[in-house]
Amino acid sequence: MADIKPVATRPLPDLTEEDTRSFWAATNTQRFVYQQCGSCGMVVFYPRQHCTGCTTGRLEERTSVGKGTIYTYSVVRQSYHPFFRTQVPYVVAWIDLDEGPRFLSNVIGVTSPDLSLIGKRVEITWEGHEGVSIPLFKLI
Amino acid sequence: MGTQVRDAAIVGIHEFPSRDVKGRLSPLHIKAQSAARALDDAGLKWSDVDAIYDAGEGGGMLAGLTIAEYFGIRPNVIDTTAVGGSSYEFHAAHAKRDIAAGKAKVALLTYGSRAHSAAQRIGVGGRAAGRHPADNLDVFAGSTLVSNYALVAHRHMHQYGTTSAQLAEIPVATRYHAMRNPEAVQAMKDLEFLDIRETTVEDVLKSRMIADPLHLLECCMISDGGGAVVIASADVARNCRKKPVWILGSGEATKYPENGGDITISAAAQSGPSAFGEAGIQPSEIDIAMIYDSFSITVLTILEDLGFCPKGEGGRWVEGGILRFDHKGGPALNTDGGGLSSNHPGMRGIFLLIEAARQLRGESHSQVPGAQLAVAHGNGGMLGSRHAAGTIILGRD
Ligand SMILES: [Zn+2]
Repeated sequence: MADIKPVATRPLPDLTEEDTRSFWAATNTQRFVYQQCGSCGMVVFYPRQHCTGCTTGRLEERTSVGKGTIYTYSVVRQSYHPFFRTQVPYVVAWIDLDEGPRFLSNVIGVTSPDLSLIGKRVEITWEGHEGVSIPLFKLI
Repeated sequence: MGTQVRDAAIVGIHEFPSRDVKGRLSPLHIKAQSAARALDDAGLKWSDVDAIYDAGEGGGMLAGLTIAEYFGIRPNVIDTTAVGGSSYEFHAAHAKRDIAAGKAKVALLTYGSRAHSAAQRIGVGGRAAGRHPADNLDVFAGSTLVSNYALVAHRHMHQYGTTSAQLAEIPVATRYHAMRNPEAVQAMKDLEFLDIRETTVEDVLKSRMIADPLHLLECCMISDGGGAVVIASADVARNCRKKPVWILGSGEATKYPENGGDITISAAAQSGPSAFGEAGIQPSEIDIAMIYDSFSITVLTILEDLGFCPKGEGGRWVEGGILRFDHKGGPALNTDGGGLSSNHPGMRGIFLLIEAARQLRGESHSQVPGAQLAVAHGNGGMLGSRHAAGTIILGRD
């Protein structure tokens, strides 16, 4: 759409949102955090205030080592978004982190996205912004 | 069929004919015009309506209140379940329940949208950062609606060996039906489809890639439109103009991302058995499958999850055109042309009920002779992340 001006930055999260603000705060020290219940062991992700596995457990913050496996992916070839239209084609993927959390992100630096990426190993590469870092992934 | 209870039936239907209102009609106009035509179809009046079901897409402060006032009715039952494109299957399920409980006799479901006129880029536009925690975690990634569904398609291919050629069978079947439906052909003209004709698997594979592995012809249209459905108790239904189309069973479910979960299984795997169980029938008995066709993969996944074939075998099962109305061996799929080639104003679920009712009355443009049983399955939200699903089993009088 010619009437949409390109912008330079991807959309960034709301850093005040109550459930996710601790997740985003940890990205400033390049930590990918998730929650695990101290009672029943349930890994909870996205972050919440309560355990989804039991009613009494307290959630404890854990830090992922930042490695995982591509569960599935797509290559976006058309977007009208003022930032993403300048980025096509780019890879969107569900990543299964080794500790359990399943996370939607981009896999960057893929030169040949036509080859199947499912099952490929990836690790976090941080993209720094004012007040927040974004966990993107690259092939290991 | 021992458990079947014929206590509520679809007695009136209307599909708003235009897919491009050029911004001149509001969603409320479309809802009201459709409601009046559907009541006419049943031989009922506004004052007969005692239950209202509304997803709130018409706007206003309070969904049920807004629509009751606009229509000028005083319902005793007000249900504002809003689960996107599957809202109308939920509404039909709730209407049957409310009628069976003796709380209502005539239920009115309506839908109106001008998604096309308002130039909503539903498929490939950006999504706004929401205050919902899940949205706030993934808005940075730029996943479009199309890529969300593509995530399911790629995993399905990886897990079961499904091919793009197999997925293409679905839009080919729905286009085959659309070309027999004058309103669908007009819709494609109004929405400036190029080269409007029956398509082949090769046509689909040659259309441009929008988000791998989904091609343009595997994606639904964005139209204006709407419709209405009137559901009545057995005693009212017996005195309506047309033969009743009985609601025999229903099921509801949700699905959301879970660590280690299987993205190829949709909420239909939960709602389907509930609906078929209540109706006391098997998927193999179904003549008409009205399945929410936002994309090719939506239909393939849901056909498997409803039990038409074993999980993962959908690709091979749909080969050879078995979903066409004039082909034996499988149910006729989306005989109006579907969201892919006839009508998709954003929340298509009501049209699944409407075309299923046409088939069971013998009124479809792609009529299956003697059709007895239909399933209408709505999927709301997003197949690749979080969605709601409603399954309705319908039977001829
Ligand atoms: Zn717990």
